[in-house]
Amino acid sequence: MLKYILLIIILLPKDLLSQNILVKNGTLLTVTNGVKENTDILIINGKIAKIDKNLTAPEGTRIVDANNQYVMPGIIDAHSHIALDVINEATSPVTAEVNVGDVLDPLDVAIYRALAGGVTISHAMHGSANAIGGQCETIKHRFGTTNPDDLRMQGAPRTIKFALGENPIRTHGEGSKISPNTRMGVEQIFRNAFSQAKLYMKEWDDYKKGITKTSPVYSLRNETIADILKGDIIIHCHSYRADEILMLMRVLKDFGINKICFQHVNEGFKVAPELAAFGASASVFADWWAYKFEVYYSTAYNAAILTRNGVVTSINSDSEELIRHLYHEAAKTQRYGSLTDDEALALITINPAKQLGIDTKVGSIEVGKDGDIAIFSQHPLSIYTIPQMTIVDGIVKFDIKNDEADMRIDINPNETYSSFYENQRHHESQGCMHGLEELLMEDSYAKFMRYKYSKNHSH
Amino acid sequence: MHFLKIYILLFCTLLLFNINAQQVKKAESGTFLLKNGNLHTVTSGTFVGDLLIKDGVIADIGKSISVSEAKIIDCSGKQIYPGLIDGGCRLGLVEIDAISLTNDFNELGDFVPHMKALTAVNPNAVAIPVTRVNGITTVFAKPDGGTFPGTGALIHLFGYNPDQMSAGSERVVMRFPSTGKRGRWDRRSDDDIKKDAEKAIKKINDIWDTANNYMKMDSAARSENITLSTNNPQMLALLPIVSGKEPIFIEVNSKKDIESAIEWITEKKYKAVFTGVAEGWRVADKLAKNGIPVITGPILSVPGRDNDSYDSSYTNPSIMMKAGVKVAIRTDNAENVRNLPFNAGFAAAYEMGKEEALRAVTINTAEIFDVGDKIGSLDKGKIANLFICDGDAFETKTKIEHLFIKGWKIPLESRHTLLYDEFLDRTPGLK
Repeated sequence: MLKYILLIIILLPKDLLSQNILVKNGTLLTVTNGVKENTDILIINGKIAKIDKNLTAPEGTRIVDANNQYVMPGIIDAHSHIALDVINEATSPVTAEVNVGDVLDPLDVAIYRALAGGVTISHAMHGSANAIGGQCETIKHRFGTTNPDDLRMQGAPRTIKFALGENPIRTHGEGSKISPNTRMGVEQIFRNAFSQAKLYMKEWDDYKKGITKTSPVYSLRNETIADILKGDIIIHCHSYRADEILMLMRVLKDFGINKICFQHVNEGFKVAPELAAFGASASVFADWWAYKFEVYYSTAYNAAILTRNGVVTSINSDSEELIRHLYHEAAKTQRYGSLTDDEALALITINPAKQLGIDTKVGSIEVGKDGDIAIFSQHPLSIYTIPQMTIVDGIVKFDIKNDEADMRIDINPNETYSSFYENQRHHESQGCMHGLEELLMEDSYAKFMRYKYSKNHSH
Repeated sequence: MHFLKIYILLFCTLLLFNINAQQVKKAESGTFLLKNGNLHTVTSGTFVGDLLIKDGVIADIGKSISVSEAKIIDCSGKQIYPGLIDGGCRLGLVEIDAISLTNDFNELGDFVPHMKALTAVNPNAVAIPVTRVNGITTVFAKPDGGTFPGTGALIHLFGYNPDQMSAGSERVVMRFPSTGKRGRWDRRSDDDIKKDAEKAIKKINDIWDTANNYMKMDSAARSENITLSTNNPQMLALLPIVSGKEPIFIEVNSKKDIESAIEWITEKKYKAVFTGVAEGWRVADKLAKNGIPVITGPILSVPGRDNDSYDSSYTNPSIMMKAGVKVAIRTDNAENVRNLPFNAGFAAAYEMGKEEALRAVTINTAEIFDVGDKIGSLDKGKIANLFICDGDAFETKTKIEHLFIKGWKIPLESRHTLLYDEFLDRTPGLK
């Protein structure tokens, strides 16, 4: 009897968390290796072990029938703010020392809603209030855990948020009456910060070599910026206008930095050849524009122009609304610019993976990669498709057939009392300037901001 | 002679510059015969046939039409749809969201029903061509903000003055007092929210009582041929509603508020259209029983409550439609009203079906605005608002190939296409 109890105890956790799964007979959209009809994927211990026809699985492996369905790599969002308690440390134009990884919220229902749209990984970013904002965290949507650490994607490179243009100018120049108040000021924030960090590195070098006797003052801010200079951190820079994009590339060139992904980058299409020559990548909205002046001269053809000019491009959400249908956002590049299926799918899979430095682990259906899979009723680029199942590390995290008493953990789906959010329904609520309502609530600006937060996005 | 050449060259260059400086190319008028297209009439099925556009209207539609003089457009293998109608947005009333001086939808004051959107719609708003090239030909541009933000206008997305743009329907908008939270930053207690809502209801009741009295006064004066010596534009704006001629458009979203609004309107006996109606799915039967038409959307929005199913905003229109509610779809947007077909597409995918979703952005909307005899379907005699495309109207990758508004052939150009043309292969590039 005792033997059986022990056996159950040993087997139970393994069964519950089994990371083995066989997805059978799907139409595989591998992204990097074409379309494979009627093919199986075997995931063992959370990794893709085999891709072939008529695969068999070890006894006890869960089998999912994907006959007549489309199977694609888990969708990756290179710009999001879900699963975060706070977003903006808007107290200084430079806050490289803070890290959103310290405020992960595994209970955020937005993670589940993203899973229900096939999204398995998102780049949880600091906001855009500061020229050099905080460090970001690449998270896996392992919804169901209550431990924030479980969300972190092991082995993902460090990333940091930069921001150009109206947001840092509005926050610091207009808001706090300190530089930057113009795009000239923004440039000097970067030059100053990098120069300081270089001095800081030299001071420590001198101290370690014994040239100086007194240790320099430790600064986490300078340590972080030094790590950018060393190439250990990828910059993800909130940007809109062509001139400021060129400015940052000049600054980075002067300081020998080359790992840069421009975010939003609505006017990236104007300087696509320059972006390609620098080796910078671009993560854009499918069609957002005109919500403020710096995005007035935009085009929904941005992603197509960037792609055709050889820039590694992704489509991101920056919103808990858009993250639920990135497959549809990517499809818009077929209306606006006639991208092929593979090109459009790459915008939400392998390309964002490249921008986050995780493309050897995820972003396509290949043997050895993580078992992150999204299954759709029709081709994911069709408006009529419906996400059916989303698998993270070989574990089913969303199943449309089992949503009744679904996997939402913080809140009971059958709760009789709950708040209705009148204006939460628009796609603004977790954008780049989130958390700045009170800081910016002054005079007429307050009225405007209240309206913005109730009605529109504010990226 | 040499100088003359230079002058001519200079003149031509200036001319070219002038043409390019315009927003988009001129629209083309005339008689057009669309041959062999798959006609999605909405009202009388779908069939392959011809459609004749003449004098701004659909002059004929049938299996085979022949006329002596018309520009012929071969539509073999193409789909022809009536122009899509957005049941509520701020298009034309805002140029750039964040720049308040370009926002003309939110006049000061909580009770300003006499503010007319048709006055402030900018016929040359950059977003208008951006919107119409996606097949949207008509929208309801509405004021937004306070309890009575103004009177919205149904407009065609082509024209150079209000008369040319008006689609002949203006509607007063009222925001029903909400018991929901305004956003995550709303820290009012539940009691305070309740008190605020009760106060607001009392306020609107007072206003409508006054409007009723105003109507009595007004009709008494009329019957005795007396001129009222008052200037009350607010009350005048409400007259068509208290007299039962026009419906009041009531913006209401949460379950409890919809129920309160149904009770309220039943007591008042006004005609009403509910807009927003995010939680219509929770009270669909009540809406149907009371015969209240609904303009809902955006469909692409997050659920109103954290514990709602992830897809409740996608399925909302279909649940209402199946309960027997007349449903129209809106974007409630400004610069991205062009996403109307995709909002309808999501509704279609999530149980509404393509046919009903198409009605929700064409004939249903037209009927709700009492212009069902003029727009909303491909029928003889209706205004020639339609588009020709290479696939399903809602499918993301579908491309629009021809667009007609009021019989004018509209160039498929907008800021977005023009920037594409200029920058896809930029010259000079780098090499």
